[in-house]
Amino acid sequence: MSWWPLIKLLPQKTNFHFVKYARYAAVLSIVLCTASIVACFYPGLNMGIDFRGGAVMEMTKTDNSTLDIGAVREAVGDLGLGDVGVQGIDSASSAIVRFQVPEGEAQNAVVTRVQTAINQAVGQVRYSGVSVVGSKVSGELFTSGLMALGIAIALMFAYIWFRFEPQFGFGAVAGLLHDVILTFGLIVLFKLEFSLNMVAAILTVIGYSMNDTVVVFDRLRENLRKYKTMPLHDVIDLSLNETLSRTIITGVTAVMVLAALALFGGEALFGFSIALMFGIIIGTYSSIYVGAPIILLWGVKRGELVEDAKAIKLGMASRP
Amino acid sequence: MIQLSRWKVILLSIALFFGLLLAFPNALSPAQRAALPGWLPSNALNLGLDLQGGSYLLLEVDTAAMRTKRVDNLAEDVRVSLGEARININALQREEGGVVATLADPAQANAAFQALRQLASAGATQGGVQERAATRLGDNRIRYAFTQAALDGMGATAVDQSIEVVRRRIDSLGTREPSITRQGAERIVVQAPGESDPAALERVIGQTAQLTFQMVDSENSVQEAAAGRVPPDSELLMGEDGVTPYLVKRRVLVSGENLTRASVDADQSGRPAIGFRFDGVGARRFGEATAANIGKPFAIILDGKVISAPTINSAITGGSGIIEGQFSIAEASELVNLLNGGALPAPLRVEERRIVTAELGADAVAAGALSTAIGFAIIVVFMILAYGFLFGGISVVGLVLNGLLIVAAMSLTQATLTLPGIAGLVLTFAVAVDANVLIYERMRDEARAGRSVIASMDAGFNKAMGTIIDANLTTLVAAGIMFIFGAGPVRGFAWTLTIGVFTSVFSSVLVAQVLLAYWLKIAKPKKLPIAESAR
Repeated sequence: MSWWPLIKLLPQKTNFHFVKYARYAAVLSIVLCTASIVACFYPGLNMGIDFRGGAVMEMTKTDNSTLDIGAVREAVGDLGLGDVGVQGIDSASSAIVRFQVPEGEAQNAVVTRVQTAINQAVGQVRYSGVSVVGSKVSGELFTSGLMALGIAIALMFAYIWFRFEPQFGFGAVAGLLHDVILTFGLIVLFKLEFSLNMVAAILTVIGYSMNDTVVVFDRLRENLRKYKTMPLHDVIDLSLNETLSRTIITGVTAVMVLAALALFGGEALFGFSIALMFGIIIGTYSSIYVGAPIILLWGVKRGELVEDAKAIKLGMASRP
Repeated sequence: MIQLSRWKVILLSIALFFGLLLAFPNALSPAQRAALPGWLPSNALNLGLDLQGGSYLLLEVDTAAMRTKRVDNLAEDVRVSLGEARININALQREEGGVVATLADPAQANAAFQALRQLASAGATQGGVQERAATRLGDNRIRYAFTQAALDGMGATAVDQSIEVVRRRIDSLGTREPSITRQGAERIVVQAPGESDPAALERVIGQTAQLTFQMVDSENSVQEAAAGRVPPDSELLMGEDGVTPYLVKRRVLVSGENLTRASVDADQSGRPAIGFRFDGVGARRFGEATAANIGKPFAIILDGKVISAPTINSAITGGSGIIEGQFSIAEASELVNLLNGGALPAPLRVEERRIVTAELGADAVAAGALSTAIGFAIIVVFMILAYGFLFGGISVVGLVLNGLLIVAAMSLTQATLTLPGIAGLVLTFAVAVDANVLIYERMRDEARAGRSVIASMDAGFNKAMGTIIDANLTTLVAAGIMFIFGAGPVRGFAWTLTIGVFTSVFSSVLVAQVLLAYWLKIAKPKKLPIAESAR
């Protein structure tokens, strides 16, 4: 069993010249980011009711017979509630209905009207989940959601600046923005619903992406101190190669687990898990091809770093 | 660091003990949990509404509507009080928080001012300070308005009162463990778990239940008023059928505030009716009003709808009576509950509602449990494949302890576990092994650099620790932001993530340190099993 544990198969020392391809990667990243930003406005995000306001109801025929989705759509459409969406789920007897609650009308009155119309059109139906969000609340949720994303990125920048160097901070934030923008792009591309849960997913992607970046930066800082005369791009290559096995193992674990979540977690977790999975893949890529090359672009004052290193070591030593 | 230190073993044992102790109620049925002796922890995981089913309602107290209504009443008081003092007014202008009366004859200004001051001192007070005040503006104008303090307190008091009333009403439905909390300045969050009937819940919350007794305006014609000519001291209301118009005097004779008790009663022909009894003040006012208006009809108004408009046959001095209307028994008893629970000081608007049936919640739990189990299995298999039984197995042991500690911490703090929270948990497992991976990879590096087994393991732990802490702090920051800005399920997710960060660093690192130290002591290995075989 010379192949097991598998980790032995992973070469301990790889010598990929990551930096060499950085400029091609940069072009790719810029193109994809631009495309994602454009996509966020046109065609635009598929906003869930959390952020747009409106209602979602999940329903099942009481006798479990096949539900006539067309009839439901027609019945609800006739009520003149604007944007109506009816979508079949799991079994043929269930569906999800989405509609808007017109300004100034009481939520429960509208919900009752819709339920009555559906019952008349397709017979007895039971509702297993009803969510209605008013336009005032949805606006607030949207603002606080975006604010959370903004503050998260700002805090990460501050953290990296504090723990490393400003250049590292810029590199990390460029990587973060890259990940967040591309995740938005994916959400648009796959028409995933942008909801509160999705904001949580993106925040987690931010956390993970930073986690990954920090591991690489940590090694980079260590190597910068160790090899004082080695050219910067070689040090970056070396650090990326040294952390590569960890990057791959952790990334693969996370992606596999999230795939399980997407497959078995049901409707409610599907979009969430897909976005997380994609974000983690992107986050791994960005810590190699966005974070580190930006440091190269900017340059690091090596002398200063050595001074800083002493200060940090002192700081570490005094920690309990 | 790799030496077997006693305090680490002790720490680990303590963690294991408390983990098991706090997590074990989850293995019991609710009945068994209730039977546990008091000194044992008996809290199981607190499932969010998306997992156990239930209703979430975000209500906004419409304080603007309440202010308008209260200024309405105040204007009416001014009109009546000046009328009784035989003072003529040219105009009664409404303004923010009160009214300005323009007198027809400036010579009556003093008399009018006195009348209004009396009215103010007879009115309600707030901690001994009058709620209303009269001020003279020039020769013939007098302002009568709520004081600034009263206006400021009005909103907050209304929200507090609303919470109380909502609680009483929900309790009257027999809902199990409802949670009613204030959110921000003017909002109330109601969460009722389990099998509660969301429609009934909303019906009882949605009704303001403001009951008033007002005289019917029989001097003016309803038809005239319906055509748009409503006399200034009257208002046009609809009957319960929504069609029949009634013209009633604006002045409130007695209101629900003076009600001491309502009950389900029956009228002479045996149909359901509502019996009521007033307190002393209410009984006196009602007695006076009925004595002065024998033969005239008065209207019983609930939330702006006329329930009935009987004619006064004789003065009702006993302070009790019945309200006849088109009630079914169920409607009558719901109304009685509402009236006994007290009126809401202001209408409540539902701004957000999320209702999940218990069935759907159970489906979500099943899906969550299945995907957690599969995710866990994937990590176990992958780690053992990647690092072998020893090193991989050690991370699996760490993972199991981690899972135990998370369940224990969530049960102890009663943090809500939501569906995204389960996803957070699964992701935490994936990131937890990252700590092990960082350590093991570091060990491999050191072994490759030619160090001995002990030295490379030692260095692996030491050097990886800084990275592990740095990396996990970032997750903590992200979770903190979710907690501050997130709502509902997102908060649950953030909390799970936060607990997971602490428990995973603790268990991954400590378990690995202790178990690897034992292994070193017992096996005395010559080479690191995870290091590249010498070629």
